[in-house]
Amino acid sequence: MIISQQKPFEEILEALGDQEKVYLVGCGECATMTQSGGEDEIADMKTRLEAAGKTVLGNDVAHLTCHELDMKRIFRQSKDAAKETDAFIVFSCGAGTQSVREATDKHVIPGTNTLFLGNVKRNLQYEEKCSLCGECVLDEYGSICPVTRCAKGILNGPCGGTNNGQCEVDPDKPCAWVLIHNQLKKEDRIEQFMKIQGPKRWNAVERPGRLDARDKDEEKGAA
Amino acid sequence: MGKYREAAESGKFVVSGEIGPPKGTQVDDMLHHIDLLKDMVDGLNVTDNQSAVLRLGSMAVSHHIVSEGGDAVFQMTTRDRNRLALQNDLLSAHFLGIRNVLCLTGDHVSVGDHKDAREVYDFESVQLIQAVKKMNEGFDWAGNELQGSTDFYIGAVVTPESNPIEPQKAKFEKKIAAGAQFFQTQAVYDMDNFQSFMEYARGVTEGKDVKIMAGLVVLTSVGMAKYMNKFVPGVFVPDNLLEEMASVPKEEALKKGMEICARHIKLLKEKNVCDGVHVMAIGKEEIVPEILQLADLV
Repeated sequence: MIISQQKPFEEILEALGDQEKVYLVGCGECATMTQSGGEDEIADMKTRLEAAGKTVLGNDVAHLTCHELDMKRIFRQSKDAAKETDAFIVFSCGAGTQSVREATDKHVIPGTNTLFLGNVKRNLQYEEKCSLCGECVLDEYGSICPVTRCAKGILNGPCGGTNNGQCEVDPDKPCAWVLIHNQLKKEDRIEQFMKIQGPKRWNAVERPGRLDARDKDEEKGAA
Repeated sequence: MGKYREAAESGKFVVSGEIGPPKGTQVDDMLHHIDLLKDMVDGLNVTDNQSAVLRLGSMAVSHHIVSEGGDAVFQMTTRDRNRLALQNDLLSAHFLGIRNVLCLTGDHVSVGDHKDAREVYDFESVQLIQAVKKMNEGFDWAGNELQGSTDFYIGAVVTPESNPIEPQKAKFEKKIAAGAQFFQTQAVYDMDNFQSFMEYARGVTEGKDVKIMAGLVVLTSVGMAKYMNKFVPGVFVPDNLLEEMASVPKEEALKKGMEICARHIKLLKEKNVCDGVHVMAIGKEEIVPEILQLADLV
């Protein structure tokens, strides 16, 4: 899921400036799980903004804020509030904020910072394991991604900064290369470690990414 | 071919020093150090934004050393440049007469003085080694033919005290397979450990013309030694050396560190443990001539 974190309240107020009437948008998926933009956080934000002298004209926790057609439909239903508001504050990921952007011409403010695509370790604990590179090489590495989990994204083994199995850059994180080495040993595939890996094809996906999955042309490999 | 490679390939015990360019335009000390060392050693490494701290460039200083009649080992990290810029700099360095390149991934920007910089790592050390080898063979990374190939002596690093050691050894072997012709190690202090590492390394490099130079960082105080043990991964100063450093008054610590360094050089040479040494005095290069004298190298 996409891991996001609320911005400091002062930063949100500063972005609003003199604008008084606001409309809050949360997200029923990732931002609800991460408690950065679920029903409770939106209700809390409403209280804090009202205490700061703002008028909250409307608030919605969309099922999926990154769904652009859904956002347009929601704003059509709450027509007056959406029309009268000075600004929208969006508590989802950056994709959700830009989905709101597509649905209105008003000032749209991100209420969160979008951090990473994260695995859920346990409730409210997340770790980044995939960086959406567009060309999955996990099988080369015992399904432990060095592109993401090695601080330098090294593809051929540990650097000199590996420190008793931990990473020099952040001693709280394991060295991905020690994990990979141990995993390949467990799989009895340690010879795989010796394969010299070329650099990533960073343009495997042309950025900004775009996919029309309705296209069933098998040659293009579309799903 | 440069002096450094000539020395290495002749089978001579190779000696190199290291120059860390200054942060700014005041180059007097650096020029003095180069002047002092360039004829005394086979080559001088020049660091590349060492520790991810912005400094005067490795290529410019390497060129200066070569133009003054010395030989330079141009250090190149993959942290700050993508593959286009790396190859561009390799061609430029070659044009400027630089013939030795040490391929490094480079310290992460988070340890340096531009912590918000975007680190590149389009290549890492193994891939940079491959790229230099390809350019030596007349091709760029993309497979296009070059109008004239390069002639670099390809260097790499290895950390003999890395923990765990197995993945580090595997990477060392990959660097050799990728085309590394010489190695300079991370600082080593425990000569017994280093000799066992070299037994392994000699086995791996048997039949291949790969030279291994021991990295020696001069101890300046017992505090510095303890600091390295605590904070520099892959560096291990054993207890007997800590005690030896502590056995002398503070003002004689540097002298003691120089003695230890010279003793290690002598031992490595006499026992034919490795093919040479890379002596790092980290800003105190003026002491290197005396160390080499103590080690009977000059």
